Amino acid sequence: MVPGSLAWFSRHEVRLGWRDWVALITAGRRRRAWVAGIGFLAFSAGLHGLAYVMLAPVVRRGLAADRQVLMAITGTLVMVMSLMLAQAIEAATRAFYARGDLEFIMTSPAVVTRLFAVRIAGMAVGILIMTLVLAAPFIDMLAWLGGAGWLSAYATAAGLSMVAVAIGVVVVAALFRLIGPRRTRVAAQVLAAVVGGAFAIGVQFSALLGFNGGTMSRFAALAPYAPADDSWLLWPARATFGDMGALAITLGASAGMLAVAIALTAPRFGRLVLAASNAATPVGRAATASAGGWRWRSTSPAQALRHKEWRLLLRDPWLLSQTLMQLLYLLPVGFMLWHNFYSGGATSGFLVPILVVTAGQLGGGLAWLAVSAEDAPELIATAPVVGSVVMRAKAAAVLGGIGVIFGPFLLALAALAPGDALVALGFVVVAAISATAIQYWFRTQVKRSAFRRRQTSSRIATVAEALSSTGWAGTAAMAASGSWGAAVPGLVMLAVLGGVWMVSPSRE
Amino acid sequence: MVEDGRMSPAVAALEIRGLAKRFERPAVDGLDLVVPAGEFYMLLGPNGAGKTTTLRLVTGLLRPDRGAISVFGIDALADPIGARRIMAWVSDEPMIYEKLTPLEYLDFVAGLWEIGADVAAARAAELLGWLGLAPHADERCERLSKGMRQKVALAGALVHEPRLIILDEPFTGLDAASSRVVKDVLRARVRAGCSVIMTTHILDVAERMADRIGVIANGKLIADGTLDGLREQAGSGHASLEDTFLALVAQDAKA
Repeated sequence: MVPGSLAWFSRHEVRLGWRDWVALITAGRRRRAWVAGIGFLAFSAGLHGLAYVMLAPVVRRGLAADRQVLMAITGTLVMVMSLMLAQAIEAATRAFYARGDLEFIMTSPAVVTRLFAVRIAGMAVGILIMTLVLAAPFIDMLAWLGGAGWLSAYATAAGLSMVAVAIGVVVVAALFRLIGPRRTRVAAQVLAAVVGGAFAIGVQFSALLGFNGGTMSRFAALAPYAPADDSWLLWPARATFGDMGALAITLGASAGMLAVAIALTAPRFGRLVLAASNAATPVGRAATASAGGWRWRSTSPAQALRHKEWRLLLRDPWLLSQTLMQLLYLLPVGFMLWHNFYSGGATSGFLVPILVVTAGQLGGGLAWLAVSAEDAPELIATAPVVGSVVMRAKAAAVLGGIGVIFGPFLLALAALAPGDALVALGFVVVAAISATAIQYWFRTQVKRSAFRRRQTSSRIATVAEALSSTGWAGTAAMAASGSWGAAVPGLVMLAVLGGVWMVSPSRE
Repeated sequence: MVEDGRMSPAVAALEIRGLAKRFERPAVDGLDLVVPAGEFYMLLGPNGAGKTTTLRLVTGLLRPDRGAISVFGIDALADPIGARRIMAWVSDEPMIYEKLTPLEYLDFVAGLWEIGADVAAARAAELLGWLGLAPHADERCERLSKGMRQKVALAGALVHEPRLIILDEPFTGLDAASSRVVKDVLRARVRAGCSVIMTTHILDVAERMADRIGVIANGKLIADGTLDGLREQAGSGHASLEDTFLALVAQDAKA
């Protein structure tokens, strides 16, 4: 293998990627590799089972490449594509901002454009793998139940990932040019969140308005808007169905788009990385305001901690994009409230659990940032403040943030159905407190920049957080319906939280 | 800036007795150390000697396996909050928040130490001026250089007027101008009656700044005194601190 060649750089990238992935899964412990492997097989088997249950009745009824089925597949592909595109925008942003080994390689005599080409192609492979982890069981079941032609969906997915990366890389590079490297970071993350959620949310709107009833997929609701049968817009769907001609065209066009994107951006990649790194280094500009302009206030340690947490949370671009994503998912809830308010209809019981599950998830993210991602742990540890005061102040900061975000929704709900609002308020608080407690029990010491990988620091905490938010949402749904049976899942959730505390490192 | 009467020369700034901490092997092994009030005390030792562990034990970042630590007469193990109130810790990695400005950072530290707004404002203005940070007071720390960040961390350590400042390798990564500023600020604090304990590998700095020097090896204090006193202990005549330090460490290794 010739050093500096495409193949040589590819081997280098595969090796780095593989070791990164193994480290992510095993957290550096060899025994964990076995546990992770078995866990993955169990997860995949479970997903295959779920796919069978979901798809068997549909396939048995017969799946012809008619307008409704093609639109259902197209809708699914667009949703997958939107998620892939969100990942691609995020991956491209990370690639541009991660200096890592780039400065070293860029000062070598190697042709770095080749490395950048490999890295961009690598993004497509990474996104494809991530997508297939969830999509493969469904493709496998379709192929088993409906014929081997469905296996071409794997190739369609590969094509989609190439298109997503092509668009993502070009979009981020364009943002660099348009708004500069400093603003691009936040803008790209917000864009990724919007792109990732927008289509799915759009379909939720249509479902909420009752466009579809009893069809195989919510996307079938789009059938009336389907293009002509021979439209190129339906080629990816036809390719998924096993139409080899459509598959060849889809794959060829996708590879072509990726090639063009690489040709456009790879030669500029180095300049963009340098611009990004310069944006993070001192600029040495003159001060814009004097120290005298600052309003000093006497505060207690708890107040100082709360203000600091809120300030940092507001300035956290990763959190900003995640919060935006959560708020996007709340939009249908808001829309439903508005719709019911003006139509005089009854408030659906499902609004309460949606608010609760979102509060639990958002609370987990906020709590992780406040509790584990403390950038100056030694400053706090050497301050004359009792540990419990620090933790209470951080929890208050998290709950305050949840209050600001969910307050308007709860007020709107209160205007419509005060009883439901009261239940929602109670369980939003419980879900947020539970998520905060879990993060406190499993607290680690990491940099805020590790936010993306927060789920990998403790698998138990991640599962517990998900279980807690969904469990409290279920309990809230029952409570909102007026059922005393809500006490049962409520008690189960308390037992689960007790169990999580028992196995948490904070007990040691 | 130090209140009159708070400094009692009879009470040691730091008194350590029989301090021990073991990780895989003993990091600090029955250490005894006394630092009188108002001194600039330099703690030297080879890599892995136990200097940083000792300082982290003093500041409460680690719990000792055994031993006693007293800061200006306050039992730091029994009353950690009382001890922290009069101490400051500066590590080699600046403990600051990237997304806060130096002013916001100092405001936060003043809140932690419960310093009144007027006092905090006056001290912050003074410190930012001394450390040359005033023009960057409203810039987020993420845009500052390593040296400027270290100066922000130092300002944070000084804003509550500690009686004992503990610094671990504070000159790591600082340029000559920044090092000079930090040294001047620390000297000024000692002149004002403050006590400073500092570790460093830069022996020139230790030679020029320290009132007394302690040498740690294998978790024990193997030598302690003024530079002349250390030379006598090492039997190295008029040698430099570097020669003296190496001779002391070699003697300990042989023993």
